[in-house]
Amino acid sequence: MHELSITQSIVNIAADAAAEHKVKQVHEIRIRIGEYSGIVPQCVQQYFDILSKGTAAEGAVLKVEKIPITMRCEACGAENEIDKLKIRCPDCGSTQLKLLTGHEFYVESLEVD
Amino acid sequence: MEIKVMHQIMEWNEDVSDAVKAELAAHQVCLINVMGSPGAGKTSMIVELINRLRDRYRIGVIEGDIAGQVDADKIHAMGIPVVQLDTDGACHIEAMSIQHLLKEFSLPDLDVVFVENIGNLVCPAEFNIGESFRIALLSVPEGDDKVVKYPLMFATTDALVLNKYDMQQYFDFDDAKVEADARGVNPNVTVFRVSSRTGSGLEELVEWISETVNEKLGKEKGGV
Repeated sequence: MHELSITQSIVNIAADAAAEHKVKQVHEIRIRIGEYSGIVPQCVQQYFDILSKGTAAEGAVLKVEKIPITMRCEACGAENEIDKLKIRCPDCGSTQLKLLTGHEFYVESLEVD
Repeated sequence: MEIKVMHQIMEWNEDVSDAVKAELAAHQVCLINVMGSPGAGKTSMIVELINRLRDRYRIGVIEGDIAGQVDADKIHAMGIPVVQLDTDGACHIEAMSIQHLLKEFSLPDLDVVFVENIGNLVCPAEFNIGESFRIALLSVPEGDDKVVKYPLMFATTDALVLNKYDMQQYFDFDDAKVEADARGVNPNVTVFRVSSRTGSGLEELVEWISETVNEKLGKEKGGV
């Protein structure tokens, strides 16, 4: 149920950006979510429709793009997409890995009038 | 027209988590985020850990609950400073709540603060609260499939405590599988098999916590 506070944050980010650029209507909000996140995009859209009422973001569609988990192997230097249930280097098997992507959660851009 | 925004959605929590971390570091206090399901045995475990660590550290506790203060009363009866955090229905603790509650403690008189998070394997894992490290409890009766079902909780923890381990034979709990699953999502996790009831395995956990606290405080002392 913490999607509510997260959605409020998205509404605020969109409304602030709209005000800053002096636009009246936001049509689309592009969000990038890393595979590690447990956020449920469908819930967020439903909350968003309610929370955005009366703001410049009212009626906007949330477009969510997932970012895969990628890691760099500290042992062999390879960079690979990693299955989050099997954290090991597919090339050499090492478990000494550094996260490159997968923890993101941000508003990338807005489509506006 | 497209407007580039590039704004972190959970910034409100991350910024406050960093501020809490800095405040604790300034007072040489280590915050331990204890997570697990309702009934996993978080409160009993914290009570046992306090009994074994109170000679070494000055300890405080933040008890997170959706409602009520049964757990806080237990800790208070031990003469340990405790603050109840009543989330009034919310499924997790946020850094903002910790920041407010730290004012209730005298930080110069503390070394370690245990935070008992809300009983839930999902949401608490998403929120940093300024902790130095995390301990996740999984009790035997919950079943040996939980790591695969709730990977983020076990991927982000420093220690995994298999609690109520004295019940293992009654529940067909495959602890080798759980450990393998946990290492799959988190290769460097430290795994403990503990029973708060019988006390088995507690000494190993206590020594690990002690070493980790000393390491964290030592690092912060060095100004790193």
